[in-house]
Amino acid sequence: MRPFTYERAVDAAQAAKAASERPDARFLAGGTNLIDLMKQEIEKPAHLIDLRALPLADIEGAGGGLRIGAMATNSAVAADRQVRERYPVLAQAILSGGSGQLRNKASVGGNLLQRTRCAYFYDVTKPCNKRDPGAGCAAIGGLNRNAAILGQSSACIATHPSDMAVALSVLDALVETVRPDGSMRTLPVDELHRLPGDTPQTETSLVASELITAVVLPPPPEGRQSYAKARDRASYAGGLASVAAAGDRIALGAVALKPWRARLTEQALAQGASPAEAADAELAQAQGCGGNDFKINLTRRMITAALKER
Amino acid sequence: MTNHDGPPNGPFMAKVALTANGQPHTLTVDTRTTLLDLLRNHLDLMGVKKGCDHGQCGACTVLVNGVRINSCLSLAVTHQGDEVTTIEGLGLPGHLHPMQAAFLERDAFQCGYCTPGQICSAVGMLAEAADGAPSQVTTNLGASEIALTDAEIRERMSGNICRCSAYPQILEAIRDVAEQSA
Repeated sequence: MRPFTYERAVDAAQAAKAASERPDARFLAGGTNLIDLMKQEIEKPAHLIDLRALPLADIEGAGGGLRIGAMATNSAVAADRQVRERYPVLAQAILSGGSGQLRNKASVGGNLLQRTRCAYFYDVTKPCNKRDPGAGCAAIGGLNRNAAILGQSSACIATHPSDMAVALSVLDALVETVRPDGSMRTLPVDELHRLPGDTPQTETSLVASELITAVVLPPPPEGRQSYAKARDRASYAGGLASVAAAGDRIALGAVALKPWRARLTEQALAQGASPAEAADAELAQAQGCGGNDFKINLTRRMITAALKER
Repeated sequence: MTNHDGPPNGPFMAKVALTANGQPHTLTVDTRTTLLDLLRNHLDLMGVKKGCDHGQCGACTVLVNGVRINSCLSLAVTHQGDEVTTIEGLGLPGHLHPMQAAFLERDAFQCGYCTPGQICSAVGMLAEAADGAPSQVTTNLGASEIALTDAEIRERMSGNICRCSAYPQILEAIRDVAEQSA
């Protein structure tokens, strides 16, 4: 790990301002991903701004929905009574990710901003356009069983690892932020993450030093909610594919570099398509790269099953 | 109060005051120091183990303010004011914690390397379940009381790996304690 200086933030806007004055600074929330990446020297911040003392951990009703502070732990959100009763897809998604210990530490904001688990991103002896723009992608033509089938590019075929974010997408969640100048904004969670294109190193639409302060859930949609995750172990494993359903909405996880809202499936459903037809509508654009070809059929079956259960 | 003489203050050093197993400590440490390394290398609490050092194995599990976390993925300087409990703080020979006694009774280990983490994790896990926290295998998310079935215990302990594969005995030991406290 590279040496770094450290400060404890006392105010969200001041933290964003402090970060803007140090381009090599990073925010530290739960740290379960960032500290690991720092050990590998994939992340090399020269300054850490610890958000722990900020009053951003509350979960409270808001306009018929729910406002979840960015520093609420994953465990706290999954155990929250309102989340369990009104947004069960969110509780299920969170509980299917990581381990008990990790969920006790990991925050909502940090979960959204965690980085890919692509093995080549983690292997600093291999080229990766995310770590080193222009270096090339070792996953293309490499071991790519976990790679993306939607929205990938010739520069990057990694996936976003969050389960929680897939549920937030299907719930039409909003992300609240504060910028270094103190201004706040709200954006749909679907607009937070970017597809790789030619610049896979740019992972979100946040501006430099912009700090996520909360996630806001609108009132839940009518209908059943569910989260299904396919993976190599029964617990504590990243997904091969996951499907979040809420009424007539579907979002997919582990298939793209962002939580993937299946709008084409939703449109097909609205036009009277069968579950299988609705799954095909989204996956017509899917492409494998060898090792992950199976994920297309896996995802098709999972979408179909989720729709049949409604 | 124990004061530890750290290296001279510099930009990459920071001060932290915390309690470990009831003992207050104030230390000035390299900001890179993990809670795991602080406990082992600065406070001589060798019960907490370094397995993978990446949050994957659970050997470093400790309780912070009663909550189980991976101490390898937490920076020591972020634990200002926290109460940390390691295996030594749960109980020592002659005064064992019920979970330690159950692991002995059930022979829930072979090499023992993962055991401190397993026991700290199990103690934290039982507190979470008593608090009504759901898990991935909880069928009724709306229920306020959790029935700690074997499937629930296995799922909730999935963050602790045992290379010797003493899982059946670990499950028995935890079930024993869960039934005692139920």
